[in-house]
Amino acid sequence: MVAPRRRRGFLRTYLTPKQAIPAQARLILAVGSFVFVIGVWWLAALLVQNPLFVPSPYQVVVTWWDMMVNLAFYNDVAWSAFRIVAGFVLAAAVAVPLGLLMGSFEAVRSFFNPPINAIRYMPASAFIPLLILLQGLGEDEKITIIWIGVFFQLVLMVMDIAHRVPDEMLNVAYTLGASRWTVFYKVFLPATFPEIVDALRITMGWAWTYLIVAELVAAEHGIGSFILIAERYLRADRIIAAIITIGILGLITDTLFAVAHRVAFPYVEKVRA
Amino acid sequence: MSEIEIRDVAMRFRGRHGEVTALERISLTVPDGQFACIVGPSGCGKSTLLMVAAGLITPTEGEVLVNGKPTVEPGADRGMVFQSYSLYPWLSVRRNIEFGPEIKKVPAADRRKTSSELIHLMKLDGFADAYPKVLSGGMKQRAAIARALAGDPQVLLMDEPFGALDAQTRQIMQELLTDIWQRYRKTVLFVTHDIEEAIFLGDVIYMMTSRPGRIRTTLAVDIPRPRTFDTITGPRFAELRNQVVGVIHEESLKAVESELARA
Repeated sequence: MVAPRRRRGFLRTYLTPKQAIPAQARLILAVGSFVFVIGVWWLAALLVQNPLFVPSPYQVVVTWWDMMVNLAFYNDVAWSAFRIVAGFVLAAAVAVPLGLLMGSFEAVRSFFNPPINAIRYMPASAFIPLLILLQGLGEDEKITIIWIGVFFQLVLMVMDIAHRVPDEMLNVAYTLGASRWTVFYKVFLPATFPEIVDALRITMGWAWTYLIVAELVAAEHGIGSFILIAERYLRADRIIAAIITIGILGLITDTLFAVAHRVAFPYVEKVRA
Repeated sequence: MSEIEIRDVAMRFRGRHGEVTALERISLTVPDGQFACIVGPSGCGKSTLLMVAAGLITPTEGEVLVNGKPTVEPGADRGMVFQSYSLYPWLSVRRNIEFGPEIKKVPAADRRKTSSELIHLMKLDGFADAYPKVLSGGMKQRAAIARALAGDPQVLLMDEPFGALDAQTRQIMQELLTDIWQRYRKTVLFVTHDIEEAIFLGDVIYMMTSRPGRIRTTLAVDIPRPRTFDTITGPRFAELRNQVVGVIHEESLKAVESELARA
């Protein structure tokens, strides 16, 4: 039997820019990266031998279970999730329509763009002390922080998306006899939808950052306040477990957005990542 | 009866270095059922002229009349096909084609009949329910032409529709377009920079110069129809091509000279 000839050497396959690698290799590398990170962590825990500061992965899993069973950590998760959803939905409900209007009408853009662009560079977390003064320590303050963090970014992203809709797409509709209103809701809006969902997905990730910052500063419940309390008791294991929980929640929302995108917009041409 | 009359159309833009004349007093008439081609180098304003005819932009001077009516705004009587296809990616091929009839509130059964006919005619059978993303460039442009025809316009304005296609596909598309035109006999104003395409398709060719854009020569194409692939290899085709190439070469030389003179 003749051995199949290797068409390309190992280095040629793996070290050519943008060259595809076998699907199996992709999977091994993806799983391998997790194994590697956990391995390094575990090694560090063994070397340091101080569970107070560097708990092992196993210890963190045990702690996580303990947090759920004995400390009602799920309550904090629920509080955080509620704030995220409320703040994000309120921000998107204003940012998406306003962004669409700014992207399509120059008058609206000229009016809103300068202040929004300026505020965008003011970090949302810097507003926390001011908002505590104005709104107190309740839910309003947390939701407003998320709103500020998401709104000013999202509105400009949506504006760009709307602005990028090709003129010819609209012109075709006009030459088929469409009125301006028909062009708006039958061509312009659907042309922006897929990218808007992408923008929501990206800004959702940022919302988590602002929430945790707000909760770290002052909150009675929530993952952020849980982390702060854990710090006071020198429980690095709890802090790490809480951070990983946020990561997993982020991954779940991201996957939900990705699935929704695929189901709602099957017509979008896939760009290979 | 659907005639396109371009009357003294001039277009000037305010550029960084003063006023730029894109079009200078252009007048021409495309009689009912004629296939007219405008050939010119890029930047000569031929697409601008088409946009004026569509009613998408307003000229600085003059007007375009379709059936004696000035084209002040776009309308379904003037269908337009763009180089970039501009199909709606969220609609199937069939829904794309039915877009015009749908906004005109044509009953669903009639719409379907029209789109089925055009899908067959444009050789898109089997792709009625496909999204544009799966189509090749040639198929996309066939669907876009079908969409323009489905609105049953009186005139068809085509802006370098085959400019983005490879040479082989372009040839096939040109043959298909002459067949379709023989069948529907729409008045067509077709813009291209491809001389052979203009000779193959047109009854008449208007050659434009650039900066300022104006019509330099008019040439009647006396090759009989129906035109097929053999037309291109015929002696008359070569004669006409040489004639056009000569004019354009002369024009290009002049353009270079005037650029040098300005420098």
